[in-house]
Amino acid sequence: MTDSIAAPPGDAASLHRSSGGPLERIQHTLHRYPTLSPALVLVLSCLVFAWASDGKFQQPFNLGIMLQQTAVLAVLAVGQTLIILTAGVDLSVGTAMLLTHMVVAKMAADHGVPGVLALALGMVVGLLLGAFHGGIVTKIGLPPFIVTLGTFYIYNSLGLRYGEAQTISKEAIGEDSLLLWTSKRVTWGEFNITAGVLVAIVLYIAFGFVLAKTAWGRHVYATGDDREAARLAGIDVTRVLISVYMVAGFIYAVGAWVQIGRAESASMNAATDINLQTITAVVIGGTSLFGGRGRLTGTLIGALIVTTFTQGLKLSGVDAYWQNFAIGSLILVAVALDQWIRKVAK
Amino acid sequence: MKNLSVKRRLVAVAMTSALVLAACGGDDEETAEDAPTAETAAAEPTATADAATAEAGGDADGAVGVSLILKNTSNPFFVSMANSAEAEAEALGVTLTVAAGREDGDTDSQIAAIEAAIANGDRGILITPSGDAVIPALKAAREAGLLVIALDTPPSDASAVDITFATDNYLAGQLIGQWTAAKLGGEKATIAMLNLFNDQVVSVDTQRNQGFLNGMGILDEYDPSGNGKEPPTGSYSGGEYEVVCNEPTNGAVDGGKSAMETCLSQNPDINVVYTINEPAAQGAFDALTAAGKADGAIIASVDGGCDPGLRLVADGVIGATAQQYPGQMATLGMAAIKQLADGGAAPEVTAGLDFFNTGVALVTGEPMEGVESISVEEGQAICWG
Amino acid sequence: MNAATSAVNEPILAARGLVKRFGRVTALGGADLELYPGEVLAVIGDNGAGKSSLIKCLSGAMVPDEGSIELDGAAVTFRRPQDARAAGIETVYQTLAVAPALDIATNIYLGRERRKPGLLGSVFRIVDQSGMRRDAKQALDDLGIGTLQDITQAVETLSGGQRQAVAVARAAAFGSKVVILDEPTAALGVKESGQVLQLIRDLRDRGLPVILISHNMPHVFEVADRIHIQRLGRRAAVVTPASHSMSDAVAIMTGAAVA
Repeated sequence: MTDSIAAPPGDAASLHRSSGGPLERIQHTLHRYPTLSPALVLVLSCLVFAWASDGKFQQPFNLGIMLQQTAVLAVLAVGQTLIILTAGVDLSVGTAMLLTHMVVAKMAADHGVPGVLALALGMVVGLLLGAFHGGIVTKIGLPPFIVTLGTFYIYNSLGLRYGEAQTISKEAIGEDSLLLWTSKRVTWGEFNITAGVLVAIVLYIAFGFVLAKTAWGRHVYATGDDREAARLAGIDVTRVLISVYMVAGFIYAVGAWVQIGRAESASMNAATDINLQTITAVVIGGTSLFGGRGRLTGTLIGALIVTTFTQGLKLSGVDAYWQNFAIGSLILVAVALDQWIRKVAK
Repeated sequence: MKNLSVKRRLVAVAMTSALVLAACGGDDEETAEDAPTAETAAAEPTATADAATAEAGGDADGAVGVSLILKNTSNPFFVSMANSAEAEAEALGVTLTVAAGREDGDTDSQIAAIEAAIANGDRGILITPSGDAVIPALKAAREAGLLVIALDTPPSDASAVDITFATDNYLAGQLIGQWTAAKLGGEKATIAMLNLFNDQVVSVDTQRNQGFLNGMGILDEYDPSGNGKEPPTGSYSGGEYEVVCNEPTNGAVDGGKSAMETCLSQNPDINVVYTINEPAAQGAFDALTAAGKADGAIIASVDGGCDPGLRLVADGVIGATAQQYPGQMATLGMAAIKQLADGGAAPEVTAGLDFFNTGVALVTGEPMEGVESISVEEGQAICWG
Repeated sequence: MNAATSAVNEPILAARGLVKRFGRVTALGGADLELYPGEVLAVIGDNGAGKSSLIKCLSGAMVPDEGSIELDGAAVTFRRPQDARAAGIETVYQTLAVAPALDIATNIYLGRERRKPGLLGSVFRIVDQSGMRRDAKQALDDLGIGTLQDITQAVETLSGGQRQAVAVARAAAFGSKVVILDEPTAALGVKESGQVLQLIRDLRDRGLPVILISHNMPHVFEVADRIHIQRLGRRAAVVTPASHSMSDAVAIMTGAAVA
C-alpha cells in the first residue's frame, strides 16, 4: 500500500491513461491494419508447431507440402472473400468447383477434348453457375446463404450423376494434358511446390490489385458496407453483385484446374471439407461476415493458418479429435476479435 | 393411411430423380457408349419410381418386395452393389427398392428408408448401415417380420440384423500383411498406415488395419476399439519394424495424397504403405513419386475394384490387394430373402465366423510362397465397379 | 441575395403540378416548387405533408405520376438518382449514403472514380488514387473543413458532423446546379449543427443554390432565404424569415393559419 502511494507521478499518469489507453490503442491498430492479427496468429502457430513437432514442421519438405495442400483452398477462398465482402456467403463454393472439375475432366477423358478447350468450357460452366447465383440473389432477392445452401446439394447430386460416382484417373485425363499442368513440380532440394501453388499466388496478386486499384474493387467494398448507401451514391449494386458472383464462378474453374492437379484425378469425393474451410479462412483472415471490410492478404494468411493447424497438430501427434476443436476455437476467437475491433467505429 | 405418406415420399424421390435425369439427359446419351455403367446408373432412380408405383398399387400379385439401403451412391462399391441387385431382382422376380443416404454417416435417410420398407410390406431389407442410429429401426423391421441382412458392414449390435453378408475384412488385411512380410524378406519395415478415418471407429477400417498388422506378425489380437494402438516399434515376423503414422484418407485420392505427405514429413524412409482402399493407394503413390520415394516402397491395399484397383496392381503401383465381392453380397442376400419368403430355410453364417463370408482373394503380380493368391488377370475377370 | 433579387430571375429548378399516389394515398397532390439562383430554400412541413416525396422526385429517387420538372428552363425527366446527378443536382441524404469502412477520399469519389491517364487507366483500369485524394482534400479545404486532417481516414472513425461534412463536400464537389440537403442537422449536437449551417451558407456564397429540408425551425430561420411550406401534398405558402415569424410558419404548416 505504501509503495503505491509513493509511486512516482509519472506512473500514476500512465495508469490513468490506461483506463482507455493501451487496449484501445491495440484496438485501433488492429482496426487500421486488419491483417495484423491473423499474421501474428500464423507466425505464433508456426513457432509453436516447430517446437512441438520435434523439428518436423519446419523441414523444407513439409513446408512445400503445406503450400500444396493450401492451394485449392486458397484459390476458392478468393471467390469466397469477394462474396463475403458484399455481405453474402457461398456455401456451395466447393461443390461448384467439384462439379466444374468433373465436367472438365470428363470432357478430356471421355471425349478427348484438348486441355485448353476443356478448361475454357470449365470457365463457361463456372461463369454460368456464378451468374445463376447472382441472378437469384439480386433479381429474386433470396439471401445468398439460402441460394448456395440449395445449390450445394444440387451441384453435389449433379456431379455424382454426371460423373457416375467414378474417379477419373490421370491416365484417362491424359498425363500430358494442360489440365494436369497444375501438378507439375518446381523443386529446390527437399522443398517442392506445384504449378497449382503458383496459379494460386498469381490469382492473389491479380485480385489484390483489382480490389485495391480499380473502381470495381471500391464498389465491391461499398456495396457490402452499406448497400443502400452505395446505391444512392450512384453505384449499380445489382451489376456489382452479379459480377462478383460471376467472378466467383470463374474462380470455381481455376479451383477445378488446381484441384485436378492436386489430386491428379477427378472425383466428387475429393476436397470434402473445403466448403466450410473457405469460410474459415476468410473469417480467420479478418474479413467481416457483415461485409465491406477485409483484405485478400488476410484470406491468404487465413488459408495458411488452416493448413498450419491441421498439419502442425498432426505432426505434433495431437489426437485427431482436438484438431477440429482447435480450428473451431480459432473461428470463435477470430469472429469475437472482429466484433471487438468494429466497436472502435461505433 | 401410412401408405399414402410413403407413396408421397416415393413420388417426391421419383420427381427429383426425373429432374436430375432431365438435367443430365444429354450427357447420359453421349457417354453411354464409353461407359457401360452409365445406362444402369441412370436407370436406377427410375427403378425406384417403378417400384413405388407397383407397390402403391398393392402387393396383390404376391411379388416379394426387397429394399436395398446403401450408405451412399457416390462410392462405386455401392453403385456396383445396386447394379448387381437390380440384375438379380429381375432374374428372381423380386420387386426391388433402392435407397441411399446422401453421404456416408447419413443415418436419417436410412431410417426413413427402413420405415418405408416396413410400411410397404417388403419381405426383407438389405442394408449397409451408416451408423448405430439405424439399429432401433432395424429391430422394428425384424419385429415386423422382415428378414434383415446387413451387407459389407455389420452393425455394432448383432441382434439388429438376422445375419451379415460381408467380406472377411480381417482376413483381407491378414492376406496383404502376410504378403508384405514375405515380400520384405527380412528388411526393416518402416510403415505408414493410411486408414479410412481418425475421428470415428468403423469396423471395416479397424479390421483391415489390424488384420494387416496381424498378417505382418506385429499384432496378436484384434482390438475393436480402433486403430493406432500398436507399439510404434518392435519386430514383425521377418525383422524390425517402425509404424510412422496412422492417418485418415476418407478412402479418396486426395485424402491418400495428403495423408502420405504428412507421413513422409514425419519419416522420409517409409518403405511399407498400407492403404484402406485403392484410391487412397493412388494418392499415396502420387505423394511418394513427388518425394522421389516411390521406387523403394511397397503399397498394399484392400478392395479389388476394376479401376483404379486392379489397374494399379497391373501397373505395379500396388504390390498386392485383397479383392472383395460386393455384387455377391447383394445377390446372395436377395436370394436368401426370396428363399425364406418362398418357404425355404433362413441363411446361416459361415463356419467359424459370426457372419456369412462372401469371399476374399489376394490379387498380385508377384505371388509369394506360402501366401495364396490369384493373378491380376483372374482378378480382373471378376472385379467390381 | 434576397427574395427580392431572386424574384427577378428565372428559377433554376422548378416543379409544376407534381402528383404522386401510393394506392389510395396521395403523397403529392399537384405540388409546385421554385428554386432561384444563389438562394437557400428551406422546405418545411408536418409529417406526411409530402416533403420527402417532393424531394425524391427532384433528386430522381422517385418518379412522379404527373407534373413536370424544369432545370434551367428546360424540361427534364429523372428515372434514377444517377439521372439527376448527371444533370447537376446533388443530394445529401439523411442517411448520408457513405460507406463507413472506406476512407474520406474514396467516399467523395464513390461511383465517379477517376482513372489514371494512359494505358494504366484504359487497359488496366487503375484509379487515379493520388489525384483523387489531392482533389478531395482541395474540396474539403474549399469548404473550410479544416478539422479533417487525414483524407485516408475511414469515415466510420469520424464524428457525426464530420461525416455530414464529407457528404456535403461530395455534393459540393460534383453539384454544378443544385444541392439538396435532407435533414442535415437531425442527428447532430449544437456545435456540429452550427458548422453544418455554416457549410450551407458557404455553398450559397459560392453560388450554388441549396434546398434544405428540415424540421428544425431555428436552423431554418437562421440560414434560409425563403421558406417553402408544404401542407397536405401541396405548397401552402412561401415566406421569408423577414416577413414571418417562426410561430406564423408553424401555424401555416399545421393549417391553423392561411398565408
